Amino acid sequence: MDFNLSKKYEMARTLFKEFAENEVKPLAQDVDETETFPLETIKKMARYGFLGIPVPKEYGGQGCDILTYALCVEELAKVCGTTAVIVSAHTSLCIDPIMTYGTREQKEKYLPALASGEKLGAFGLTEPGAGTDAQGQQTKAVLDGDEWVLNGSKIFITNGKYADVYVIIAVTGVVEKRGKEVKEISAFIVDKETPGFTFGTKEKKMGIRGSATYELIFTDCRIPKENLLGMKGKGFGIAMHTLDGGRIGIASQALGLAEGALERTIDYVKERKQFGRTISQFQNSQFQLADMAAKTKAAQLLVYRAALAKDQGGAYGVEAATAKLYASETAMEVTTKAVQLHGGYGFIREYDVERMMRDAKITEIYEGTSEVQRMVISADLLK
Amino acid sequence: MKIVVCIKQVPDTKGGVQFNPDGTLNRGAMLAIMNPDDKAGLEAALRLKDSHGAEVTVLTMGLPKATEVLTEAMAMGADKAILVTDRILGGADTWATSTTLAGALRNLEYDLIITGRQAIDGDTAQVGPQISEHLGIPVISYAQNIDLDGDYIVVQRQFEDRYHVLKAKMPCLITALAELNEPRYMTPGGIFDAQDAEITTFTRDNLIDVDDADLGLKGSPTKIARASDKVRKGSGEQVNLDPEAAVAYILKKLTDKHVI
Amino acid sequence: MNSEEYKGVYVFAQQVDNKIDGVALELLGKARSLARDLNTETAAVLLGHDVEKLADKLAAYGADKIIIVDHPELKEYKTEPYTHALAAVINKFKPEIMLVGATAIGRDLGPTVSARVKTGLTADCTQLDIGDFPIKKMANKVQKHNQLLMTRPAFGGNTIATIACPDNRPQMATVRPGVMQKIDKITHPNAEIIKYDPGFEKNNKYVEIMDIVKSISDTVDIMDANILVSGGRGIGGPQNFHVLHQLAEVLGGEVSCSRAVVDAGWKPKDLQVGQTGKTVRPNVYFAIGISGAIQHVAGMEEADIIIAINKDETAPIFEVADYGIVGDYSKIVPMLTEKLGLLSAAEA
Repeated sequence: MDFNLSKKYEMARTLFKEFAENEVKPLAQDVDETETFPLETIKKMARYGFLGIPVPKEYGGQGCDILTYALCVEELAKVCGTTAVIVSAHTSLCIDPIMTYGTREQKEKYLPALASGEKLGAFGLTEPGAGTDAQGQQTKAVLDGDEWVLNGSKIFITNGKYADVYVIIAVTGVVEKRGKEVKEISAFIVDKETPGFTFGTKEKKMGIRGSATYELIFTDCRIPKENLLGMKGKGFGIAMHTLDGGRIGIASQALGLAEGALERTIDYVKERKQFGRTISQFQNSQFQLADMAAKTKAAQLLVYRAALAKDQGGAYGVEAATAKLYASETAMEVTTKAVQLHGGYGFIREYDVERMMRDAKITEIYEGTSEVQRMVISADLLK
Repeated sequence: MKIVVCIKQVPDTKGGVQFNPDGTLNRGAMLAIMNPDDKAGLEAALRLKDSHGAEVTVLTMGLPKATEVLTEAMAMGADKAILVTDRILGGADTWATSTTLAGALRNLEYDLIITGRQAIDGDTAQVGPQISEHLGIPVISYAQNIDLDGDYIVVQRQFEDRYHVLKAKMPCLITALAELNEPRYMTPGGIFDAQDAEITTFTRDNLIDVDDADLGLKGSPTKIARASDKVRKGSGEQVNLDPEAAVAYILKKLTDKHVI
Repeated sequence: MNSEEYKGVYVFAQQVDNKIDGVALELLGKARSLARDLNTETAAVLLGHDVEKLADKLAAYGADKIIIVDHPELKEYKTEPYTHALAAVINKFKPEIMLVGATAIGRDLGPTVSARVKTGLTADCTQLDIGDFPIKKMANKVQKHNQLLMTRPAFGGNTIATIACPDNRPQMATVRPGVMQKIDKITHPNAEIIKYDPGFEKNNKYVEIMDIVKSISDTVDIMDANILVSGGRGIGGPQNFHVLHQLAEVLGGEVSCSRAVVDAGWKPKDLQVGQTGKTVRPNVYFAIGISGAIQHVAGMEEADIIIAINKDETAPIFEVADYGIVGDYSKIVPMLTEKLGLLSAAEA
C-alpha cells in the first residue's frame, strides 16, 4: 500500500496549488469582505478545465478522476473556501447526477457546457421545511402534457442565481410502500432562464461569504418532460447518491481549510516573538501544532480513500461520510486552534485564519450535517 | 507548421532562493522548474498551435531528471518531447550547449525554433543566438510579439527605448523574454495524457555534424576560474516608530551619512 | 587559434541614431586600464552609416584606435550585417579582448559574433581583471598569464563566478551599463582612424525592418540618479506617487518603481528597478511600499544606503535595508519632505 500519490497526481497538485496561489489567494480576502462571487476566477478555472475534471473527454471534460478533482478542491480551499465550494457544488452536485443518471441526450446536451465551465451547475434539495429531513420535500412537479410543472421553493442553494443548470428534487406523487403512503420523489434538470423560475433572497452568511447562496422559487415553472432525470420516483435515491459524491468534495474543502490554517499558523509562530522567543519555542504551541497536524493528516487519508473508493467503482457512501465527518470536525478544530495560536491577530480580518474559521463551520453542516454522517456510518456498522 | 522549443530545467533561483542560517545559499532547497524565459517561448509556440495548428516539439539537454519539464510542457499542450542526454555532454558552457542542441535540431524539421533569452542559473543569454549561428538561420532576439505572415514571421523586437518590427523568412530562430506573455497553466487532462506520452531520447550518436571536441566540459571555451555563493549581508537596523519619530530617525541617518 | 597573434583591447562602440551609447564610453574606460595591464592598446569598433564624426568622442574617452565600418546596411541595428561586420573586424584585426555592452543590442550581437568566430563569451560581467588561469598554480596544469578574468553573477545573482577563456581568442565579455566608469575626457586625443570594409552580401540571415516604433517618454534615466525614491505595490495607486515625487524633488533625486507598479500600469517600464528592469547603484535608495522580492533586490542591492519604509514588518526588504522603518509611508514621507524642505530653505 503506497501512501504516496503517483507522479501524475503530484503534477496535478502542483498545477492546482500554483493556480490557487497566483489566481485565487490574492482575491480571497476581498471576496469574503465584499461577498463577491468570483466570476473572473471561475472563467479562469474554466479555461483550464477545472470545472470538468472527472468528466470523460467524449463529453468535453478532462478525463481525469475523482481523486484529481478532490486535489483541486483541497488546494483551492487552502487559500479560499468560497472558490473551493463553487467547484465542488458544480462538479459533485450537478455534473455527477447528470453523468450517472442522464440519458445520452441529456448528457450530450448538458455535460459539454458544464465541463467546459461555459455553464455553471447547482443542486436544489433543501427546503425551508426539509433539511436533514429531506423527505419533508414539498416542491411539487406535476406532468401536464409534454411538460412538468414545478411549484415550490428551495433554500440555501450554493451557486444559486449564477448557475445555469440546476438539478432539482421534487415530489411527483404519492405511492404506497409497505402499506404506508410515501412521497414519490423525482429529479429534474432545470435551466436558469425557464419562465417561472426565479430567485429569492441572497443569504448573508457567517462564512464562505463569496459563495452565492440563494433561494430558488418555482411558480408554475414548465420544463420539457425530457428533463426528468433518471426514472420517475427514483429522485430520492438520486439525491442520496449525489450527496455521497458531494461529501467527498466538501471533505476536500474542509481538508484544505485545515491545511491552510495549519500552514499559516506554522509560519506565524515561527515569526511571532513574546518573552524573548518565538512562540514556536513554547511546548504548548508545539503540542497543539502536533495535534493539529496529526488530525489533518488523518483527514487527508480519509478523503483520498473515499475518492479512490468512488473511482474504483464500488460502494463508497460510508467512506465518503467518514471523510466528511472527520475532515469537517477537524477543520473546525484546527481553524479554531489556529486563531487561538495567532492570539489577538487571529481575530483580525487581515489574517487569513479568521476567515478560515468562519468558513470551516459550514462544512460540519451542509451536504449532510455531522449528525447525518454519524447516522450513515452507524447504520452501516449495525446492519 | 512545425515549431521546436528549446527548454531547460533550472533551479528556481528567482522565486525559491533560501538561505541557510549562516547566510549562505541553500541550493538543496531550490525546486527544479522550467526556465521562465523558455516557458514564455513555449507559450508563444502553443499560441501559434492554437491559431495556426502548428505542431510543437519541446527539446531539452540535461540529465534524465529533465524529463520533468518535458512532461510539464506536454501537459501544457506540446505534441512531442525530446531529451538529449549523454555523459559526454556534461559541464557544457554555452558554446558546447548550443553545439549540442544544433546537432539535435539537425534531426528535426522545423519552421521556427524558439528559445528563451536566458536561463536563470547560467544567466548568459547566449545559447539561442549561437544555435542560429550553427544552423545558419536568422535569429531575432528579445521578441515581444510574434505573428505569422505566410512563409514569414513578423516579430516585434524589443530595444531599450523602441522596438523594431522585423520580418524574417522561416526557418528562423526567435529568443523569448519572460515578459513576452503569460504562460498558460497545464490542464488536469493534459497532465494525465502527458504521463503516458512517449519521450524520445537522443544521445551523442544522434547529434548530426558535431565534433566530440566541441562537446561537454572539454568543448567549452569558457572555464570557471572560481565560484562562490554570495553570503547575504546581514540586515541593518529595523525600527517601528510613530511618523514623527520615524522622520527624525531618517533625517539623522541622512545627516550622519552626509547625504544632506 | 594562436593566442599570441591576438593583441589589443577592443570595445564595440554601440551607437543608435548616430549617438554613442554611454556604455561604450564606460567600456573604453575599463579597456584603457586593462590595456595598461597588458601593455597594449585600446580600440573602438564603430559600426554604422555616416558615423565618422563620432570617432572624436571615442578618442576623447580612451580609444587609441577607431576602426570604422561605414555602410548603409548598418544604419539601423540588424543582427546579420552587424555580426558579419564585427566578426570580420575581429578576424582581420585579431584583438585579444573584445568588450560589448550588455544592452538589447549587445546581448544579441555578442553571442552571435562569439559563435561566428568560435570563441567563448561571458555575459553581464561586473568585474574585469587581468590575471592568471588557473588562479592558483596547479601541479599538472599550465598556468597562463595575462588572461582576462571575467567576474559575473550567476544562479539568479546568488553566486559570483569568475570565468576565463584560456584557449580561444578573442576573450569576449559583455558588461551592463552603469557597471564600469568612463574616464575624464582627454582634451587633445590622438587616435588612429582606420576605415574597413568587409563587404556586405545579403543572405538568408538578413531580416527586414518593417517599422521602428520609439517609445515616447521624457523621463530621466534612473540609472544616472544619485538618489532614488522607489515605490512598490504598497503605494496603493498611481495617484499616490506624488508623495514620492515630492520627496525626490526636495532631495534632488528621481522616482523609480518595482515591477508590480509597472505591471499595474501606474508607471512606465523605464522606471522599473529589478531583474527585468534596470540595475541601479545610487547613493541612497528609498524602498517605499516595496516588499523586497529577490527579483527587485537584485536590481538595487548595490546601492550605498538602502532605506525601507513598509507597513509589513516581515517584508523581505528589511533583510537588505540598512535602515528599515516599519510604518505608514503616507504619514512618514510627506512629513519627511516637509522637514527636508525647511532644512534646505534654511541653508539657502
